[in-house]
Amino acid sequence: MLALFTRDLRLAIRAGGGFGLALAFFLIVTALVPFGVGPDTGVLTRIAPGILWVGALLACLLSLDRIFALDYEDGSLDLLATAPIPLEAVVATKAAAHWVTTGLPLTLAAPLLGVLLNLAPGGYLWLTISLAAGTPALSIIGTFGAALTVGLKRGGLLLSLLVLPLYVPTLIFGAELTRRGAEGQAVETPLALIAGITLGAAALLPFAAAAALRVNLR
Amino acid sequence: MELKVADLTVARGGVPVLEGVGFTLRGGEALILRGPNGSGKTTLLRTLAGLQPPLEGSVSMPAEAVAYAGHADGIKPTLTVAENLRFWAAIYGTHGIADALAAFDLAALQTRPAQNLSAGQKRRLGLARLAVTGRPLWMLDEPTVSLDTASVSRFGAALKAHLAGGGAALIATHIDLGIAAQVLDVTPFRARPRAGTGAFDEAFA
Repeated sequence: MLALFTRDLRLAIRAGGGFGLALAFFLIVTALVPFGVGPDTGVLTRIAPGILWVGALLACLLSLDRIFALDYEDGSLDLLATAPIPLEAVVATKAAAHWVTTGLPLTLAAPLLGVLLNLAPGGYLWLTISLAAGTPALSIIGTFGAALTVGLKRGGLLLSLLVLPLYVPTLIFGAELTRRGAEGQAVETPLALIAGITLGAAALLPFAAAAALRVNLR
Repeated sequence: MELKVADLTVARGGVPVLEGVGFTLRGGEALILRGPNGSGKTTLLRTLAGLQPPLEGSVSMPAEAVAYAGHADGIKPTLTVAENLRFWAAIYGTHGIADALAAFDLAALQTRPAQNLSAGQKRRLGLARLAVTGRPLWMLDEPTVSLDTASVSRFGAALKAHLAGGGAALIATHIDLGIAAQVLDVTPFRARPRAGTGAFDEAFA
């Protein structure tokens, strides 16, 4: 499992691996929004949590179809399926590698980009916490979606349509957590809910994704 | 090490392609699958490797015995030859890739990124992966595609060494590998069209 994890990280970092794509997209979205809505700092402060979360979510979505598609095309997925590690572990490992190469950089970059959107001073800590708690769910749910659509030619569109509705609860509670943090309100409820979504997804979806992969490899 | 297949029916896309397949393969033996294109050799190998369930019949073999090699080599283009092999060695929990590199004449190429290999060199890397798995039963689908004559005989030698070490091999190929092996022609096992498993299922398979 560790070997698979380090291999995926190495592949992501080497040329053409797509590392940085999500980060660049996130940067572009958050840099463009102030130009679009105008320089009214009050408006920007109000929409900042939502924009930052939507940007992070879409950036995460960009790289989802690479999780299994490349391994499927070059035959490694067949070989991994016949290897001694269980397919559930393969799925969980690939989701973890996806998070480290997309979710984690987004989480670390978000406070810097919050400045562009005039995020309220109290919001930076909670923005980071909400992304740290929520982006793993995005990676795991996305891995499940990628497993469902592996083997389909141009499956990216279907993948987006499948995954976006499943992303909505994470988005709602993530943005709500950031907003409440920024406004100094109680944060326990959205924090508990977003952590619950992440833990629930981590507990259940690797099994569902592995079952989907088995069907798709036939 | 014994692979026992009895009365096996395999399907592709929900439609049976071979039925009543039966054979026994023991350690030290190789079995060559022959048959025209589209006769179901690949489907049979994928079923035996556990990538798809059989429709009927039984397959018995020791757990964790199979090393499967399909048409695609599973090589990552941006990793070097040695990194590719070391990854599979780690996955299978074996150590040392030096023997595999030597057996397939890849030692001089080991620091080269796999994307810069020729088609034949990639195939050799794909076959070298078998040697690092440490699994006793090799299931190979057209292993000699894009290999030159020297590489085919090198592969034959590696196969002989594997068989001499008590391993077994099931190979779908159209050429002579220069090893003593039984031959199983799959043509007589072609499935008859059945009522009930019609085009309706196929559209959703």
